[in-house]
Amino acid sequence: MRFMDEYRNAELGKRLIERIRNRSTKPTRLMEFCGGHTVTILKHGIRQLLPPNIEMLSGPGCPVCVTANADLDKAIALARLPDVIITTFGDMIRVPGSYSSLQQAKAEGSDIRIVYSTQDALEIARRNPSKSVVFIGIGFETTTPTVAASILEAAQEGIGNYYVLSLHKLCPPVIKALLDSGEVRLDGIVCPGHVSTIIGSRPYHFIPRDYGIACVVSGFEPLDVLLCVDMLVAQIESGEPRVEIAYRRGVNPDGNQRALEVMAQVFEPCEANWRGMGKVPGSGLSIRKEYRHFCAEYSFKIELEPPCEPEGCLCGEILRGIKTPADCKLFRGACTPEHPVGPCMVSSEGSCSAYYHYGEGDGR
Amino acid sequence: MEDKILLAHGSGGKLSHDLVEKYFVPLLKNPLLDKLDDSAVLELSGRLAFTTDSYVVSPIFFPGGDIGKLAVCGTVNDLSMSGAAPLYLSLALVIEEGLPVADLQRVMTSIQKTAEEAGVKVVTGDTKVVNRGSADKLFINTAGIGLIPAGVDISGSKARPGDKVILSGNIGDHGIAVMSQREGLQFSSPVESDCAPLNKLVSEMLKVSSRINCLRDPTRGGLASTLNELANQSGMGIRIEEDEIPVQDAVRAACELLGYDPLYVANEGKLVAVVPEPDAKQVLATMRRNQYGARSDIIGKVVGEHPGRVVMSTHLGASRVVDMLVGELLPRIC
Amino acid sequence: MCLAIPALVKSIDGLQADVEVGGVGRRISIWLTPEVKAGDYVLLHTGYAINIIDEAEARETLKLLEEMTSQS
Repeated sequence: MRFMDEYRNAELGKRLIERIRNRSTKPTRLMEFCGGHTVTILKHGIRQLLPPNIEMLSGPGCPVCVTANADLDKAIALARLPDVIITTFGDMIRVPGSYSSLQQAKAEGSDIRIVYSTQDALEIARRNPSKSVVFIGIGFETTTPTVAASILEAAQEGIGNYYVLSLHKLCPPVIKALLDSGEVRLDGIVCPGHVSTIIGSRPYHFIPRDYGIACVVSGFEPLDVLLCVDMLVAQIESGEPRVEIAYRRGVNPDGNQRALEVMAQVFEPCEANWRGMGKVPGSGLSIRKEYRHFCAEYSFKIELEPPCEPEGCLCGEILRGIKTPADCKLFRGACTPEHPVGPCMVSSEGSCSAYYHYGEGDGR
Repeated sequence: MEDKILLAHGSGGKLSHDLVEKYFVPLLKNPLLDKLDDSAVLELSGRLAFTTDSYVVSPIFFPGGDIGKLAVCGTVNDLSMSGAAPLYLSLALVIEEGLPVADLQRVMTSIQKTAEEAGVKVVTGDTKVVNRGSADKLFINTAGIGLIPAGVDISGSKARPGDKVILSGNIGDHGIAVMSQREGLQFSSPVESDCAPLNKLVSEMLKVSSRINCLRDPTRGGLASTLNELANQSGMGIRIEEDEIPVQDAVRAACELLGYDPLYVANEGKLVAVVPEPDAKQVLATMRRNQYGARSDIIGKVVGEHPGRVVMSTHLGASRVVDMLVGELLPRIC
Repeated sequence: MCLAIPALVKSIDGLQADVEVGGVGRRISIWLTPEVKAGDYVLLHTGYAINIIDEAEARETLKLLEEMTSQS
């Protein structure tokens, strides 16, 4: 497949790794912010191939993992309303909320359907005019424009039974909150790939400027990640942190202007509740007044029990990069993919799930 | 005869009788079934392999097959994986009221053709019809009986360090064929289910080696889950090479589009064989001569390290654990 | 986040397009990239084209990778 296979070339990969080994001398702590990068790194065994002085931490860039229990509870409460069809990306189905999960609600009789796109959700709305179709909107800036577009399309077509529960979040504010917490010392950040396709690379300039941390925007194929690490190493070794783009075929400094406009037309920033980080101002997105009739929270009355977090669950600290899954007493014991306690174990790109499934290659 | 199946077709009365006489008996014609007694009476001696399965695939028709073909192949293959020569099948249908009779006919014809290819007989059956909404068009349950030749002893617990792991061909075809039907993917050349009866392939393999340790067909949960089962049962580790695992380009592309990993996608016409090293080359050559094993290859080996775990050497030369599938195969968006 | 894969645009139909990934076809929305043309490669994410792939940059990156690693 074009633009993918070429970036999986084993020979080039081996040579790049050699180059990184030769050039990286300082102890180097890198965080890959984005869950998709965590998966690439573990799937291809990249952590093993990098020299021991380079440490890679996984950050909170998994939109499912950072969805607070209280927000999941909202989705489940909506699922229990009569004549509601919940449409959601597959990742959300198994995640445990305070008391239940969408999967459980489905088994109890709720109409919950996995979709690949808001386009599918719109089609379900068209075909079921007597039902209310609610789309569970999770995702960062990569996905949010597609949800915004679906609302504009529904508005244009006059689809009156389509709603979105906006649990969308923004990356730059949460990166800032993470760095401000001072909990984790970083030398470089592997910046999100497809989020940057939308927002460009300019929003990351505050990171080298205010924190002295190197930033490189990375793609998702193994050679992309290795190139990114090489560029981060170069910045760190020279002591000149800045923002660079390794993923140049997919990202330009200004991003996708049209997508940003569509997003701004439908959504506005608000405070959001991030699992493990609490409330972060300006890091969430709510639906603007003009499109309020598409907002699920505005349109439906739901009653919620007070949210609760599972005891012993370290998802919060893991998401902030200050603990690893191995540090959590529940990891591989009470918390496994079959019966997950927290979202990091359920989401396909959650740290715990990735570490559990891909291991470290030595049979652990 | 009506063009849709009615509740009355399952009630045991005249309509039921007509259904059996008109659609089942003529197609599945064999002396045991034709008797239409309450049980089929069989005379067998030796070690018997006995299996049962239910088939609920949706949609019931997909590129390369249908629920009927799947039912016969699945049962035949389960028996073959014990080294048995499959002989007799039972066939029980649970039909949703309103299923077009033409669809039922199509499925029955498929069952007949597949049974003929495999050389097995359907000797007893049952039909029930349930209210609309109580079944998804058609559910099929089968049981199968086969005879295990003397000297054949195949079990998942027998894998030993040094054994080679052989895979009979491309993975992911069946799951993608079914999924693509559901998701409306268009292929320039459609991916077809690999659904096939493997008993003849297995019997040829057993003729050239009496030391095959394990046979398993990687159905639900895919190759990854099957290898994990073998590793667990035998208490051994398994090492495989990413580059040796064959996946059709179209299947790879569909997996990227839908967010699936081919290692976890179902197959219905493939097998994994664990063979002691001295016999591996010959078994492989024999497999490649059979139409259902033409793309067979050695994909790895059994090791003493990391018992119960499957580890894969990646394209880049690192290692990673290949875990079992947990829950349902869910599409990855992120 | 997120999984977005390169797809070749085969034809446009208003704000939708037919694209292909490795020979497999899909209908997607081009609401976010209305300027796209047949023959372009786009990044496909959850049923939408989120950007047009810069083919010149793609070639440059590969060239860079080759050069970087032949010197070391």
